[in-house]
Amino acid sequence: MPLPYYVSPEQVMQDKAEYAKKGIAKGRSIVAMEYEHGILLVADNPSASLFKISEVYDSIAFSGAGKYSEFENLRKAGIRHADLKGYTYSREDVTARSLANAYSQSLGTIFSQELKPLEVEILVAQVGEGTQANEMYRISFDGSIIDERRFAVIGGRSEAVQIFLKDRVSEPVLTLKQAFALCVQSLDSVTNQKLQPEGLEVAILDRTRPGRKFRRLLPPESSQLLG
Amino acid sequence: MSLFSQDSDASFFDFLLRQRPDLAPGGLGPIRGSWGMAQEERGGASVLPVPIGTTVLALKYEGGVVIAGDRRATEGYQIADRRIEKVFTIDDHSAMAIAGAAGPCLEMAKLFQTELEHYEKLEGVQLSCEGKANKLGQMVKANLPMVFQGLVVVPIYVGYDLRRTEGRIFKYDITGGRYEESDYYAIGSGGKEARSTMREHFRKHLSEADALRIALSALFNASEEDVGTGGPDLIRGIYPTAKVVGAAGIKDVDEPRIADLYKALIAERKKET
Repeated sequence: MPLPYYVSPEQVMQDKAEYAKKGIAKGRSIVAMEYEHGILLVADNPSASLFKISEVYDSIAFSGAGKYSEFENLRKAGIRHADLKGYTYSREDVTARSLANAYSQSLGTIFSQELKPLEVEILVAQVGEGTQANEMYRISFDGSIIDERRFAVIGGRSEAVQIFLKDRVSEPVLTLKQAFALCVQSLDSVTNQKLQPEGLEVAILDRTRPGRKFRRLLPPESSQLLG
Repeated sequence: MSLFSQDSDASFFDFLLRQRPDLAPGGLGPIRGSWGMAQEERGGASVLPVPIGTTVLALKYEGGVVIAGDRRATEGYQIADRRIEKVFTIDDHSAMAIAGAAGPCLEMAKLFQTELEHYEKLEGVQLSCEGKANKLGQMVKANLPMVFQGLVVVPIYVGYDLRRTEGRIFKYDITGGRYEESDYYAIGSGGKEARSTMREHFRKHLSEADALRIALSALFNASEEDVGTGGPDLIRGIYPTAKVVGAAGIKDVDEPRIADLYKALIAERKKET
């Protein structure tokens, strides 16, 4: 009887991680950045109907990079989690931290137990009410979770975008216009081309809005903002 | 694996029925058993001592719909609550008002709000006005087992249909049957009285102010004829609530405005007597 080949666990994990990273790097980047009234999310996305950024709950937004079918499923699961929690308890009990933890658990389990890891990187952002701080969580394909400050980048050549932004996000509070210009510059820098407003998906979590804080900025508005 | 599985469904209500039947209306969870038992212990009495909500109405005007309701909840011959809200904002362009057992009514309103928001977030677009009305019918139907326990929930749903650019009124029966009304409707124990007032005064293409005045006087008349309906409470300053649904969205009618309209109405009636 032929013996099954032995492959060390390290090798298995490394292969899976490489596979997932390759899949995620193929896509385009998404940047989230804090501005004076909330959080701005900008995705390099030529499609006007297949979204990468979405509303999850009153003050929480989701964005996913990598394989569309996979992060779309995660997005739906997140909305179900949030709506069920808000319905069972209260709207204010739905938090980005608990959602990010749930994502981290699921992604971690899938990474270690399934043959094929999910080729996704996701971002959960929550705008703080009043004087509360904003929260941004970046969750990787293996379930590792990173709490980001000021800005976060996922998907595509995210490291290059991060390096670009690191020195430039220096001002304590950016206006929406400044933050948007900076986000677009950072995406331009890695794609080596000038991105047009039609090719960008833009949304904000605006803490000055009553109730649901999420709002999409459509191309006419975003091109005006870009000036 | 089945294609287009149940899990891809955009309905929060169906999700709740599958995952948490204990939280869904209709007593599909353990609640059903305990209610049944309680009823037997009381010797099969069919009416439970639960607060009951009473007159709510909807009336079309030129640019949309006015929806209004009184504030009283009764429990047998007692007043259970003087300032209960029976008219609920559901989303930007729709509202519902409910008559029936207060607890399940509030639950259904909250669930319907979540349902529509859930759909909008998952699908990226809002349900059509027709779609929202049908979904509410299914939710009323799911409550049917509770009706036999005496826990009736009957809503009126109003919405502004952005495609047809007109306001619409839907009424329901306990089996979830959905019927569209062309002009006005009222339900609850004082519903009949409110309907006769509206029948008298309704015309096509009313202005918003006239429609509101007719709605409030219909509620006033209902409160005069029906013990279950509360009129304007001048001592405590409690007035019926009303909302206006139009193309620009939904807005609450301010309490001072309703108070002024009632003061004028009362002054007018004093003159007549």
